[in-house]
Amino acid sequence: MAGLATLLLLADGRLPSGGHAHSAGLEAQVSAGRVHDVASLGGFLQGKLATSGLVSAAFAAAACGDVTRCAALDDGLDARTPSPALRKASRAQGRALLRAGRAMWAVADLGREPHQPVALGALAAAAGLTPGQVAVAAAHGTITGPASAAVRLLGLDPYAVHALLARLAPVCDRVAATAAARSGDPVDDLPSAGAPLLDIGAEHHATWEVRLFAS
Amino acid sequence: MHPELHEHGPDEVPHTHPEPGVDPHAPLASDGAPRALRIGIGGPVGSGKTALVAALCRALGEELELAVVTNDIYTTEDADFLLRNGVLPAERIRAVETGCCPHTAIRDDISANLDAVEDLESSLGPLDLVLVESGGDNLTATFSKGLIDQQIFVVDVSGGDKVPRKGGPGVTTADLLVINKTDLAPMVGADLSVMDRDAKARRHDLPTVFLSLAQDKAATPVAEWIRGLLAVR
Repeated sequence: MAGLATLLLLADGRLPSGGHAHSAGLEAQVSAGRVHDVASLGGFLQGKLATSGLVSAAFAAAACGDVTRCAALDDGLDARTPSPALRKASRAQGRALLRAGRAMWAVADLGREPHQPVALGALAAAAGLTPGQVAVAAAHGTITGPASAAVRLLGLDPYAVHALLARLAPVCDRVAATAAARSGDPVDDLPSAGAPLLDIGAEHHATWEVRLFAS
Repeated sequence: MHPELHEHGPDEVPHTHPEPGVDPHAPLASDGAPRALRIGIGGPVGSGKTALVAALCRALGEELELAVVTNDIYTTEDADFLLRNGVLPAERIRAVETGCCPHTAIRDDISANLDAVEDLESSLGPLDLVLVESGGDNLTATFSKGLIDQQIFVVDVSGGDKVPRKGGPGVTTADLLVINKTDLAPMVGADLSVMDRDAKARRHDLPTVFLSLAQDKAATPVAEWIRGLLAVR
């Protein structure tokens, strides 16, 4: 089994896995005026944790626990992602993560563009991490990505944003534990929480003439 | 994976690989053919990067299999410029979003650009040359060697003749420094001989060319430099 330092590598925002170009739906919500300061960012991030955070963590943990389920898990994520723009964004990030992972470990064959949580789980398995550990990395990535995008898009005080992330860390751990506990469930029984407004926002965002983030 | 490379010769010292599942050797080109020469084009906002790309497409598009990846913060702006000017068909251009960090996309996390280059190669077939144009950035922006083979840094005289003296990784280390808009030098009081002297001091043996894309629409010295690179591949 691998140690914490390996988990930190996988969760590090500096991992060259394409994440910096994605705002996880934040850019559309900033443009709509729904996220405009640290408090409204806090609401957005809590919502992310409860929805895509839980789903990503459960699917990453499931893929890590049994990499032979990756194809079925990939289909399961397609079914849970109604927005074509978000499916594309997830697959683009999965492809980029796979590129980074293959440079570091011997990763199972996942095809060219797996969904990001499936790629994350398979990387974690290749690295010798556990489903419980990768669930934490998945939930953590769900909020640190848009938090960093908020600093860039809104010019928020980076210390205030990190204070918010520190307050959310225990929530992140709880979501990850819940997700990991369900990771052995059949694919259809895994979490399927969603946020319709983010799906709609992602579809609008994909049509913009001028956008700073890929999603 | 190419496991045949793992076989050990009879006169080799017996050894094991720490991770037998990982191929320690560099990957071979997928079909044995050399991949396209990749040239990064960076430089500050407004220095003429996109105009240079357009000029190179005009100059080299007939003789080479050519494609372009753009990293403008306004994702489609540069691609539209190339399309509008009719220098390259749409299928030969990919735009990459950079999340407000143009330097990250060309240096620290090159995944989106690598994906774009690979997508162009898989959709168009073997290419001779891929130009990767960075979004406008500052004097410290340089490309990763993991993304490109050679890089061009474009500055212009209207930023003042002090720019080469200021140095920075772009001016100092780029494989070719292009000083553009020389036609504006008299109007902005820039002394080209000062820029030439300072560029030589900063760059030692690395080449610098002066260019006026307004007058030389084929970017002749830059196109010649690229032909020279392709000739020795």
